[in-house]
Amino acid sequence: MLKGFADYLVFTLVGLVPGSRSGEALDFFIYDTLKIFLLLTTIIFVVAIIRSSFPPERTKQILSHKKEYVGNLLAALLGIVTPFCSCSAVPLFIGFVESGVPLGVTFSFLISSPMVNEVALIMLWGLFGWKIALIYIGTGLLVAIIAGIIIGRLKMEKYVQDYVWAMQVGSSEIKVMSLREKMNYAREYTIGLLKKIWPYVVVGVGIGAFIHGYVPEDFLAKWAGRDNPFAVPIAVALGVPLYSNAAGVIPIVQALTAKGMAMGTVLAFMMAVTALSLPEAVILSNVLKKPLLATFFGIVATAIIIVGYLFNAIL
Amino acid sequence: MKIEILGTGCTKCKNLYDNAKKALEESGKSGELLKIEDIPSIMKYGVMSTPALVIDGEVKCAGKLATVAEIIGMLP
Repeated sequence: MLKGFADYLVFTLVGLVPGSRSGEALDFFIYDTLKIFLLLTTIIFVVAIIRSSFPPERTKQILSHKKEYVGNLLAALLGIVTPFCSCSAVPLFIGFVESGVPLGVTFSFLISSPMVNEVALIMLWGLFGWKIALIYIGTGLLVAIIAGIIIGRLKMEKYVQDYVWAMQVGSSEIKVMSLREKMNYAREYTIGLLKKIWPYVVVGVGIGAFIHGYVPEDFLAKWAGRDNPFAVPIAVALGVPLYSNAAGVIPIVQALTAKGMAMGTVLAFMMAVTALSLPEAVILSNVLKKPLLATFFGIVATAIIIVGYLFNAIL
Repeated sequence: MKIEILGTGCTKCKNLYDNAKKALEESGKSGELLKIEDIPSIMKYGVMSTPALVIDGEVKCAGKLATVAEIIGMLP
C-alpha cells in the first residue's frame, strides 16, 4: 500500500520515469521515510507503555544480589525495557552498585540498554527485515551477557571511584502509574523522541536513496566485502563517534549493503554505533577509574568484532 | 516552598528548570527554585533517572520532563 502510494506520487503526480535514476531515488526516499515513521510512531508508543512499568528503581530491586549468569541474563533483558539515557548513567550506576547489584551484572545492563534500543530495532526491521532485527537483538544480548560475566570475573570493584562506595543513597518509593498516566507518558515519550530523531531519519534515508540511485553496484565489495579482514575493525572504529545516531546511520548502511558491504560488518558497525560512545565514556569516567573504563570498552569492542567476523562467515 | 531540580546538566534538566520557573510564575505562588547538579546530593534522594523534581524534600517525578501544567498540579 505504501509502495503503491510512493509509486503514484513519484511516477504519476511528479511524472518521473520508472527505472530512471532520479525516479527510483525519489521513490525509494518517499517509501522508506513513510514506512519508517509509521513503524517508529507505533512501536515507540508501545515500548514506552511497557517501559512505564519498569522504572529503574524496580529493575534495581530485581537485580539486587543476583548471582552470575542469571543476574547477567536478567540484566541484559531488563536493559531493553528499562528507560535509560546516558545522561542519567551515573545516578543509575551508583544506585545499582549501592543496592548490591554485582558489578558484572550492572555492566550487562549498561551494555544492553543502549545497544538493544527500540529505535535501532525499528530501523533494522524496517530496512533489513525482521530476521536481521532478531539477529541483532540476540547477538546484542549475548554480547551484554558475556561482557558482563567477564567484567564480573575480573574482580574490578577496586576500580570503581572510591566515593561511589561511600555514597549515602536515599530510598525513593516507586510510584505506580495509572493507565492514564502511562498513556500520557507514552505519548510524550513518543513525541519527544520523534522530535529528536526525525531530522536524522530524513537525512539518513535521503543519503541512502542517493546511494541507491547513483552509486554503482559492487562499489564497496572490494573494501567492505567479506574478503577484507580489516573491514570489521574499521567499521567498529568508525561507529564509536556516531553515537546515538542509529536513526540516521542505519538507512545509509542499508544502502551500502546493497553496494557490497558484508552483513557481519554491518551488524558490528551498528553495535559500535549504539554501544560504544565517547560521550558515555566521559560520563562514566565519573564513576569508573581508567583501568575499568578501558576494560569495559576493550571487552565490548572485542565482542562486537567477533560478532562481525562470525556473521561475515555464516551469513 | 522549596523546589529542587535534580540533574547532571543535560538539556532535559534545563528544560525542567524552565518549566518549574514558569509553573511558579503562572501559579502566582512564591518559592525558592534550586538546581542541584552534584551527584551526592542527587543520590541522597535515591533518584536513579534524571531529571527529577523535588518539592519540599519529596520526589515528585523522576526521569521525565514534567510539563508546566503538571508541575502546577504538584505545587502544594
